Amino acid sequence: MAFEGADIVKAAALLGAGIAMGLGAIGPGVGEGYAAGRACEAIGRNPREAGLLTRTMLVGQAVSESTGIYSLVVALLLIFVV
Amino acid sequence: MLDLQLFLDVQAVSYLSAGICIGFGAIGAAVGEGYAAGLANRALSAAPDQAGGILKTMLVGQAIAESAGIFSLVVAMLLIFIKFPASGAVGAAAILGAGLSMGLSAVGSGIGSGYPAGKACQAIGARPDMSGPVTTNMLIGSAICQTPTIFGLLVAFMLMFLDFGGKPEPVSWAALLGAGLAMGLSAIGSGLGAGLPAGAACQGIAARPEHSSLVTTNMLIGSAICQTPTIFGLVVAFMLMFVNLGSHSDPVTMAALLGAGLAMGFAAIGSGVGAGMPAEACCEGIAEQPQVSTQLTTNMLIGSAVCQTPAIFGMVIAFLLMFIDFSSRPTHPTVAALLGAGLSVGLACIGPGIGNGLTAKDANLGIARQPQSYSRVTMTMLVGMSVAQSTAIYGFLISLILIFRIFEPNTSLAASGALLGAGVAMGFGGFGPGVGEGITGGYAVKWVARSVDQSVLLTRTMLVGQAVAESTGIYSLIVALLLTLTV
Repeated sequence: MAFEGADIVKAAALLGAGIAMGLGAIGPGVGEGYAAGRACEAIGRNPREAGLLTRTMLVGQAVSESTGIYSLVVALLLIFVV
Repeated sequence: MLDLQLFLDVQAVSYLSAGICIGFGAIGAAVGEGYAAGLANRALSAAPDQAGGILKTMLVGQAIAESAGIFSLVVAMLLIFIKFPASGAVGAAAILGAGLSMGLSAVGSGIGSGYPAGKACQAIGARPDMSGPVTTNMLIGSAICQTPTIFGLLVAFMLMFLDFGGKPEPVSWAALLGAGLAMGLSAIGSGLGAGLPAGAACQGIAARPEHSSLVTTNMLIGSAICQTPTIFGLVVAFMLMFVNLGSHSDPVTMAALLGAGLAMGFAAIGSGVGAGMPAEACCEGIAEQPQVSTQLTTNMLIGSAVCQTPAIFGMVIAFLLMFIDFSSRPTHPTVAALLGAGLSVGLACIGPGIGNGLTAKDANLGIARQPQSYSRVTMTMLVGMSVAQSTAIYGFLISLILIFRIFEPNTSLAASGALLGAGVAMGFGGFGPGVGEGITGGYAVKWVARSVDQSVLLTRTMLVGQAVAESTGIYSLIVALLLTLTV
């Protein structure tokens, strides 16, 4: 079976989108889960500061999320732009 | 294009398979024995006068861990020196599947057996008078860890020595390779997981000899549950070896059978490891607090059972891939869709299985320390575990879409790339949120046990945290759905 050059490029882009999003999701998932776990621990120790701790957790998770969003952006670029 | 002729020559493939077999097979035994030696050294530095007993225990434990490596060596030698009468694609696939089954299955058993060996050395260093019961328990526990690799050895021998000559070419190529993958991969988690309760039991028996029978019983229950995923893998491997393939000879059926092997093999890894974690905590807890053994065992059984869900998702997809007749579907892009279906559920299930184990482990530790919080802890554990399952469910969903959607004939490589990409995106994407949300759940249940009156606040924080950690799993789901929609 012979393939056109453009077809190979498109196929590589779409498979690449899958790899980018798939692998890119690993780190934020583990990292944000760990942050949330530690937040639960801190709230368990000091329930009165729950509001502050939840806010800090969310800020930390949002930063940790960024690489996941980069992966999403790259995956969407590979699907729709390339 | 790559010349695939190599993969059809039985002699060439048997050498390749020997390399794969001993290469993977050497990993587990070496890691497990190194761990045992490390803990033996630590125990020796604390109690140098016990050198003789500790060294003996280390060597006995290492010898059991070594057996997984020796099985791999024997199979590799047979693969090198036997002149196999089989020929063609089916013969070559059987030989390659044998190496994969043996080599991969030895990874978990080797590491798993090393864990009780190390813990036993540590325990004997602290309590030399308990060396008899501890060694006995170590031997039982390590022997159970060898079960998965013995299954792998069995399947490898069947693949090497049964006559598959009458099977239809080339479909059986995929079936036999899939059988090797299903068996080998599914054994990894079970071998590793079964080592965890065995190690905790060795320590528990030394610390509290009076509770040893309760601890050993619990270890046996826990290690047995850890074997469930590899038994699923064994069943799927047998079905792939002996299923009646009729007269199919199309690439689509081949992709389905290979996908079935991948789905079952990968999905079992997380469940096997995960199921061992609550059992480990349960053995530890029962040694300390035998009066709450009922609650601990109940919670362990609930936790370990929920850990099996991902493996069951993998098995369901494997069965669908084996038993649906795909032969009338267009070759392109269905081949890529079915391989993607296998990868999606298989890979996406690893993380949730491990994550569930982490949550259930902390729940059991919490109950052992604060038995009065039992019901609240189990409830929070179940909430946390079900949220952590969600990426496994996404993987299952994408697999179902890839299996049941009938694609229009499309010979472009882009269509195939998109569907394989969808499987990869959701498969890998399911790992991180599964593990991460499991860690969150673990901390939450630990603190629910300590301060039950804060359980509502803690559950709420856990759910908020898990929801944020879930986001990348949802991105993966979206990308996977977009990729299937481009076709």
